[in-house]
Amino acid sequence: MAGYILRRLLQAIPVLLGTTFLIYFMVFAMPGDPVVALFGDKTPPPQVLEAVRERYNLDKPFIVQYLLFLGGIFRGDFGVSFSGEPVSDILARTFPVTLQLAAIATVFLAVGGILVGLISGLRKGGIFDASALVVSLILISLPIFVVAFTAQYIFGVQLGWFRTTVGSGAPIQDLILPAMVLATGSFAQIVRLTRASVIETDGQDFVRTAASKGLSRRRIVPVHILRNSLIPVVTYIAVDFGVLMVGATVTEGIFNVPGVGRTLYQAIIRGEGPTVVSFVTVMVLIYLIVNLLVDLLYAVLDPRIRYVK
Amino acid sequence: MKIKRIGVAAIALAAAGALTLTGCTSGSPSSSGAAGDMSAIITTNGSEPQNPLIPTNTNEVGGGKILDAIFAGLVYYDAKGAVHNDVAESIESDDAQNYTIKIKPDLKFTNGDPVNAESFVKAWNYGAALDNAQLSSYFFGDIEGFSLDENRPELSGLKVVDDLTFTVALVQPESDFPLSLGYSAFYPLPESAWADLEAFGENPIGNGPYMLDGEGAWKHNEEISLVTNPDYDGPRKAQNGGLDIIFYASQDASYADLQGGNVDVVDQIPEAALSSYADEFPDRSVNQAAAIFQSFTIPARLPHFSGEEGQLRRAAISMAINREEITDVIFEGTRTPAHDFTSPVIDGYSEDVPGSEVLDFDPEKAKELWAQADAIAPWSGTFQIAYNADGGHQGWVDAVSNQLKNNLGIDASGNPYPTFAEARTEITNRTIQTAFRSGWQADYPALFNFLGPLYGTGAGSNDGDYSNPEVDALLKEGRAETDIDAANEKFQQVQEILFKDLPAVPLWYSNVNGAWNDTVDNVEFGWNSVPLYYQITKAAE
Repeated sequence: MAGYILRRLLQAIPVLLGTTFLIYFMVFAMPGDPVVALFGDKTPPPQVLEAVRERYNLDKPFIVQYLLFLGGIFRGDFGVSFSGEPVSDILARTFPVTLQLAAIATVFLAVGGILVGLISGLRKGGIFDASALVVSLILISLPIFVVAFTAQYIFGVQLGWFRTTVGSGAPIQDLILPAMVLATGSFAQIVRLTRASVIETDGQDFVRTAASKGLSRRRIVPVHILRNSLIPVVTYIAVDFGVLMVGATVTEGIFNVPGVGRTLYQAIIRGEGPTVVSFVTVMVLIYLIVNLLVDLLYAVLDPRIRYVK
Repeated sequence: MKIKRIGVAAIALAAAGALTLTGCTSGSPSSSGAAGDMSAIITTNGSEPQNPLIPTNTNEVGGGKILDAIFAGLVYYDAKGAVHNDVAESIESDDAQNYTIKIKPDLKFTNGDPVNAESFVKAWNYGAALDNAQLSSYFFGDIEGFSLDENRPELSGLKVVDDLTFTVALVQPESDFPLSLGYSAFYPLPESAWADLEAFGENPIGNGPYMLDGEGAWKHNEEISLVTNPDYDGPRKAQNGGLDIIFYASQDASYADLQGGNVDVVDQIPEAALSSYADEFPDRSVNQAAAIFQSFTIPARLPHFSGEEGQLRRAAISMAINREEITDVIFEGTRTPAHDFTSPVIDGYSEDVPGSEVLDFDPEKAKELWAQADAIAPWSGTFQIAYNADGGHQGWVDAVSNQLKNNLGIDASGNPYPTFAEARTEITNRTIQTAFRSGWQADYPALFNFLGPLYGTGAGSNDGDYSNPEVDALLKEGRAETDIDAANEKFQQVQEILFKDLPAVPLWYSNVNGAWNDTVDNVEFGWNSVPLYYQITKAAE
């Protein structure tokens, strides 16, 4: 097990190097000069442009810029944004916010989705199942910004149950509405996935065996059916958590959440190479770790799966 | 200069149905005179500053809004754009070239440092020196000793006479120099700033109506909290307890917060609400022309657009555009059709400058002029207008292209660039081979600021490389006048020539669109589209 984890972590190193290089190159190759754009519709003298470029190392060739950046990372220095703020501070400020948002959303979709999916699967063809199917179909087809604007208008402006946008410091009560919005799309997926999986497991021999040896339904459902149905669902939730972690640009924009998605979007628009690459580096790390955890979780859920060196 | 990616909100022309003009509610403050709660905090929208909060290194609206609140310059601008002394006791000159500036006595920064001649001269010297790479350095370009080729730590044109007096020598007469002194690049800095300017940019100390609410008041990407500066006793004395500027990533979010009552005043309205916000906030909204001029530039180097043929074609294009229709249908009445090259909020503006008829819609005349040009050299090809696709410009560019197609019988289309940076780079490098969208937001309220930087030969933002010796001479004469009215007369003569040459085709002025909740009173928008926060009052809750 330890050997397996170590090997996976070592594999992460080339992945990280490769992704940072690619992303840095893409930001560098983005057409248009970010320094020119800093001046808006006005054209400053070329000497001023040159001086500003020099300050951000933007006058150096690509490979030098990249190596300077990489060298900085090894010293824990992620560079500074155009506003003079160290990128490490920006990371430390935005990731906790998005982590909270993603965690709340995941709780909503995991608890709600699995519960609804389980009941649907056990009562296949019933009223509950049919209406859950219809509702999930509607939720899947709605674009997230429609859900977000509607929720914001109804619950924020009209009913006043929630603050319309997230206030300073991103308190948890403000994050509940955007988290619910974020959860809607995946919620429907989880419901359908759980339902299909439960139906399949319910027809398995070991469930029939359990029933025939006299176990109550109350014990069969959670221990035999649910546990064995969860493997695909857990994979989906984990991957989804990874997706939520790397930021939800649209939702964060609508609810003004000071998280990863909004900040990264701004940095891309402004052409701030160091900020963009630092964010992506951390995102890749998160993704790798989440994937590793998922693989390890399989073994817990299904004792037949074993990791050997 | 306060840059905003002039975000032109546009809806698809296909959706153009009703030709209703949005009611323009007046932006005048209610004269209720009800004394507000002097401790109430006004909340408003803003955006995360793109640069450290150092006056000479801030050139965009996000940081500019904060700097204008926490600093007081030599002069300030009232709602109409008129200039009044703030820190200055007097600004005098006999020849419009050499100025003597006297500062009011006993003024202090919020940390106790005195506001004196040194605080201005040192800040300007720093801003101008090449090695400091300040974004607004070229604002000092007309002061004697300024150089773009070598680093000069001090400008020879700035001299401290005594504690409260300094002189400025310019390289040429400039009658509008005193008008520009309210711009943020010319703000003073306290002595303590020089110890660690980087730290200062994070926690700036000013001398204005407001100050930061302690260390760390700037919460990046969230908000900045300002409180009233008790020591400020100038003309912009705050009538409230402070100002919370919340940074929004989208206009939709700030509007939702206005509807939800989480913010008192906003100075931007999202596209989706443009047709409804005046009804939703009755008597509490504005929709009035701002100091932002929109046009498209036709570079002189394009074939068919120089000489007499060029003049005819430019006039034909201008007359083939129905500005009223586009501003009504596409912009829901939130743009004002242009009548000149400047803006109605500027002192000296006139909508009847001789030659301005060329901006009136007249398809017959347009066709006729185009035919005359064809007689000189026949037209071929497509007329294209380049624009940045990330700024919501597609709607109006397509509309203009369609009108040119229909009214002139030529091929016309938009030429989108994916990003603002890409379009600007091509324009700056002169590699662009079509006409292109252009716009100008004034740095300070003066006619010259709309003309000199854009149409003077070799001027910084003359991206179309327009050159006319008559224009250059008149601009120079106008600047040499010590009387502002005499100067404006010359500048209007410049416009007469511009209407003939049309280096850029004027389209419309952007409007300021804002609204506020009934929690606040005395809301008035300044000449630069930013609310005059200091005079807003809020009733005690």
